[in-house]
Amino acid sequence: MPKDGGIGAATTRREDVRFLTGEGQYSDDLKRHGQTSAVFVRSNVANGVIKSIDTSAAADMPGVLAIFTGEDFVEVGGNPAGWLINSRDGEPMKEPKRPVLAHGKVRHVGDAYAAVIAETVEQAKDAAEAIEADIDELPAVVNMADALSGTNYVHDEIGTNQCFDWGWIEDNRAATDAAIKSAQHVTTLDLVNNRLVPNAMEPRCSMAEYNKASGDYTLHTTSQNPHLTRLLISAFVLGIPENKLTVIAPDVGGGFGSKIYHYSEEALVLAAAKKLGRPVKWTSDRTEAFLTDAHGRDHVTKIELAMDAEGNFLAFRTETMANVGAYLSNFSTATPTFLHGTLMAGNYTVPNVYVNVKAVFTNTAPVDAYRGAGRPEATYSLERVIDKAAREIGMDPIELRRKNFIKPDQYPFASAAGLEYDSGNYDALMDKMEEVADVAGFAARRAASEAKGKLRGFGVNAYIEACGIAPSNLVGILGSRVGLYDAATVRVNATGNLSVMVGAHSHGQGHETVFPQVVADMLGVDAQSIDIVHGDTSKIPFGMGTYGSRSLAVCGSAVVRATEKIILKATKIAAHMLESEASDITFEDGEFSVAGTNRKVSFGEVALKAYIPHEYPIENLEPGLEETAFYDPANFTYPSGAYCCEVELDPETGKVSVERMTAVDDFGNVVNPMIVTGQVHGGLGQGIGQALLENAAYDEDGQLLSASYMDYTMPRADDLPFYTVDHSQGNACTHNPLGVKGCGEAGAIGSPPTVINAVIDAMQSGGKNVTHIDMPVTPHRVWSAMNNA
Amino acid sequence: MYAFDIERPSTIAEAAAALGDEAQVMSGGQTLIPTLKARLASPSKLVSLSGVSEMQGISSAGGVLTIGGATCHADVAADGSYAALSELASHIGDAAVRNRGTIGGSVANNDPSACYPAAALGSGATIVTNAREIAADDFFVGMFETSLNEDEIVTAVKFPIPEKANYQKFVQPASRFALVGVFVSKSANGVRVAVTGASNEGVHRWTAAEEALATNFSADALDGLTVSADNLIDDLHGSPEYRAHLIKVMTGRAVTAAS
Repeated sequence: MPKDGGIGAATTRREDVRFLTGEGQYSDDLKRHGQTSAVFVRSNVANGVIKSIDTSAAADMPGVLAIFTGEDFVEVGGNPAGWLINSRDGEPMKEPKRPVLAHGKVRHVGDAYAAVIAETVEQAKDAAEAIEADIDELPAVVNMADALSGTNYVHDEIGTNQCFDWGWIEDNRAATDAAIKSAQHVTTLDLVNNRLVPNAMEPRCSMAEYNKASGDYTLHTTSQNPHLTRLLISAFVLGIPENKLTVIAPDVGGGFGSKIYHYSEEALVLAAAKKLGRPVKWTSDRTEAFLTDAHGRDHVTKIELAMDAEGNFLAFRTETMANVGAYLSNFSTATPTFLHGTLMAGNYTVPNVYVNVKAVFTNTAPVDAYRGAGRPEATYSLERVIDKAAREIGMDPIELRRKNFIKPDQYPFASAAGLEYDSGNYDALMDKMEEVADVAGFAARRAASEAKGKLRGFGVNAYIEACGIAPSNLVGILGSRVGLYDAATVRVNATGNLSVMVGAHSHGQGHETVFPQVVADMLGVDAQSIDIVHGDTSKIPFGMGTYGSRSLAVCGSAVVRATEKIILKATKIAAHMLESEASDITFEDGEFSVAGTNRKVSFGEVALKAYIPHEYPIENLEPGLEETAFYDPANFTYPSGAYCCEVELDPETGKVSVERMTAVDDFGNVVNPMIVTGQVHGGLGQGIGQALLENAAYDEDGQLLSASYMDYTMPRADDLPFYTVDHSQGNACTHNPLGVKGCGEAGAIGSPPTVINAVIDAMQSGGKNVTHIDMPVTPHRVWSAMNNA
Repeated sequence: MYAFDIERPSTIAEAAAALGDEAQVMSGGQTLIPTLKARLASPSKLVSLSGVSEMQGISSAGGVLTIGGATCHADVAADGSYAALSELASHIGDAAVRNRGTIGGSVANNDPSACYPAAALGSGATIVTNAREIAADDFFVGMFETSLNEDEIVTAVKFPIPEKANYQKFVQPASRFALVGVFVSKSANGVRVAVTGASNEGVHRWTAAEEALATNFSADALDGLTVSADNLIDDLHGSPEYRAHLIKVMTGRAVTAAS
């Protein structure tokens, strides 16, 4: 039984009180005396040469305070990529400059080449329309294969559209090729992992203030990691000293990856605030969000699976083109490589894996990490080709997976893609999935669907992912330009309540509830006496923020380490108070006692003594009770799962509906099962959205066809079934103190292949020999596939 | 959005008098307001019809249902005296749209994917304006085009209630407008089949189906028919061929549901 409010308790989310009552404070809610508005002037062509920009008419319009163009930022730095990838030949990747405002050329629809600051947003918009830009439109580079073969370059100065040509693991290439060449059976699949628009509910917003007297800047912004944003602005873009720049990410309404990155709008409002000496705010509208938030996915992949006659996997080989868009967003080079290629062995004992990824510049919005970030792409490729292989050799898809699963006695397991999995039990997950999904009852449900003229398909999938990417020493060798630790400060106040300052940022995850559960459990105090402080670089230790399902595994571990230091010091204080030795003190349920006696002091009494250190061993012990820990993990964590779903397909119209969806996940230990369930639900919604509905479609001129909710299909409640979610089969992570693995992305990783496998199964059950269909599986696509089969 | 003035007259006569110059009539604004917010239109003045009480409400007499032009979709959905029409209204947009959007605004806008034009054409309705009465067959001219004159206001729509009717909407998944919607009715005057969502020319009748159904009002009657893909809409959500296929499927389902 979990302690009341401690680890394992399904505590309701305390932050929801303000969110559900409209009391959240988001960046756009800020109102400052003298505040001005920024509006960006954006390209409506995908590729063009900026011949001239005439701002004279706009400058004379009412309320206009300043106008910026790319010319104003020629001297400042570019927004860098956070991860250096070397090509197979050892050459470093191409890194064209990403300026604050486009200069010389515009490179995608939405690329900003000017900005207007005015007293009101309407005045700024009026003036923006009065700016006359002479832009010579050029043919757009949109299709990745064309981009690689052609000579029309997104960045003329690099003379290629290929950012890098990466091999993983290059030394395994020959063995993988040989295994495929000599295999009894090779299954090949060409597929597209569709481009997605993140669509956080809160659009991006940045508000900059500059204090002329002190020279201090403050930036409120929609960020998943304020310290990283500060570092990028300080060290690379504007050169503002870190001690003069405070970055605050207040309540943030969702990110899904898109708010990890530093965006040019943040730099612009900072520069404008200094120039004007007044606060400058920019709030994205929804169209700007579609055009300029970093998009997700967009891979084109060929995967081959080699087996022997018994169905034992011998090799996986993939060739992928990964779209990075017009500029390198901060983690756009890590996502298709180390977050993708390293997972390509899946849950399997396959001995040979080789991954080739070519990253490609195109005249489209930048592409970067989006919920799952590389791992959904790996899982999708693998789990689709495994299903296809099962059909080809006539083996049950669950049986084929089980045959090749890593077994529980094989951990730690060195995968053929270079990772060391610490724990897991994939057969147990599959057993549980078969049980809770009532797989045995599928035949009867299919018969019921067929009786009403529908087809019914069953799809299955097993995934593994890697969360809490680390350790810093390793990722540094692999090209990361940042560390991947996190930090926490635990401050015990004099009256015994606590403030915990964390480097992770909560924008929907529930940190304000979960981290206090951990501390309360360790200290034996009421969780309600603990508050979390996050998102403000002037208040928290240097942390790396929230993405990649890392908050609890990495920052939560820092919280544990800092709390352990608190207990260590408090024990010494208690020993003094109890006139005993620290080694004789035991700490349990919030009380320090001398072993074998009834002498004890409470945690609260110790805290008070620390801050009112009368009769205190001041010569041996500092006053106060506050500790900081930085935690750098020893390894990734490896959540895994077994998913299945059932779809119903209307053969007359091609419409597919997901009728049942089951997710059985191994998240290791679980701190708050209710929040974990919620995270899985959210991930499943986005995964089903990718599979059935969402598509960021560009035409050949580089215009985004789905640039509004009239054409971009977001999943709605009636598109989704009730879910069966189970996380009872946890195997604790072996290398972090909480034994936790991370749950934020699992649903979005596990569900797309599950849904598509079920759609294929449904079509096959209708006598149609369809072996592949690309996402999103719209009614039109299904109808076309069935007509052409 | 650009700055504009707004007037909210209380009679049709006042509304008509308020129009002219660069004024724009607004009846619910569920299309117009987003257009204004995107700065795609810049009227000097909006004349809102929401305060015109004589354009509100639903009445029935002599087998004809008369719906005031400023009546919102939610009121039509709740009425129920013409079941197929109420059912159609209950699936327009979302609850907020249904509480603001009006039938007059919808037919006057004649969005090629809207539902009401199919109901009006498929029922043989009459569009009543502040100047005249126009048969639905003459009213819907083409995509976003009607036979309304400049500043003419749709004050009501009169629906003869048929013996049988049904509307089948296959939604465009993002907008949830009709990718293809088919309204079928059967009355003493014959069978009508009106198609929305599918054509570059907007709502239109499928006369071949009407003829086939006139003698045999069942889905089987459509068996030998094909729909040409010529001039059907080609977009992200469906090809002309797919839309042509859906017209037949949705017509069959509407007939079956109406029978």
